[in-house]
Amino acid sequence: MSIFGLFRKQRSAPMALERLQLLLAHERAAAGSDLVAILREEILAVIAKHVQLDGDKVHVKMQRDENFSLLEIDVEIPFSASLQAA
Amino acid sequence: MGKVIVVTSGKGGVGKTTSTAALGAALAQNGDKVVVVDFDVGLRNLDLVMGAERRVVYDLVNVIQGDAKLTQALIRDKRVDTLFLLPASQTRDKDNLTTEGVDRVITELKRVFDWVICDSPAGIERGATLAMRHADIAVVVTNPEVSSVRDSDRIIGLLDSKTLKAERGERMEKHLLLTRYDPARAQRGDMLKVEDVLEILSIPLLGIIPESMDVLRASNLGAPVTLADARSVPALAYFEAARRLAGEVLPVTMPGEKRGIFGKFFGRKAA
Repeated sequence: MSIFGLFRKQRSAPMALERLQLLLAHERAAAGSDLVAILREEILAVIAKHVQLDGDKVHVKMQRDENFSLLEIDVEIPFSASLQAA
Repeated sequence: MGKVIVVTSGKGGVGKTTSTAALGAALAQNGDKVVVVDFDVGLRNLDLVMGAERRVVYDLVNVIQGDAKLTQALIRDKRVDTLFLLPASQTRDKDNLTTEGVDRVITELKRVFDWVICDSPAGIERGATLAMRHADIAVVVTNPEVSSVRDSDRIIGLLDSKTLKAERGERMEKHLLLTRYDPARAQRGDMLKVEDVLEILSIPLLGIIPESMDVLRASNLGAPVTLADARSVPALAYFEAARRLAGEVLPVTMPGEKRGIFGKFFGRKAA
């Protein structure tokens, strides 16, 4: 049996589920992108006043749920900059 | 004060109109005063599914523009006398639906009816957002299929942001109505299962409507599924969904063919 034969017999629903989960994780993140982008810029500006840091080391994530929204901010400060700050 | 329900989906052809008619008729059969409102201006179909297409004189746009009174536009169902239809306009453009006009009509309907069920057009444009604007409860109609699930996810986002409830900071009550479901295909792994769709959309399940010939048959006849053959499998599923909408706590059962071919034949004869 060829590898294509194997594929043809594969159940399609698990594939649909996986594709949807990936796609929607992406689309849900993009839905609030304006707010997230603004927050990211402003947080970056505030921290950059005190420590030197890389623009792409600031990660802002927004998660939406039934009952609450979760704002996750992740800032990676370089070792030398953290010494300066201390 | 009546409750406003929006039946919505994003994607077209998943069963919004069928579900609006079936749920509306099911609620009205309990004696509640129900109006089903078609928001699909330019492509109305609820009148056809309800079998009232030849009785339309005035429509929603006429009422909004002040050309007709609400009482002139409402069509009373010939089978269930607590069931009414407010048809959409077939000739006008959807731009004729104004926010203020819709506000006025819905407020007036809520005063008279126990249930105001708004049949949303497909898409996420003006017609769809106006249909959901006043909703207390949203019924998200979804097929177990990737594009329908994706669009439902998008609509859930809109329900949480573009409605009066959302603007007031209140939580919109959302329910999933899974339609055209085929338990055998899902069991074989060739169709998304109920659990799969629930996991992705994470809103409570209102009901599972099986793929069925009875649905097409009812629309051919111009009757809501729950009136065409109240003992058919999809009708029973819609009756249960309607009871859940009214607040009853009922476990959701997988709709199965409970009658054999003879039972079905005699069941129809008797009905």
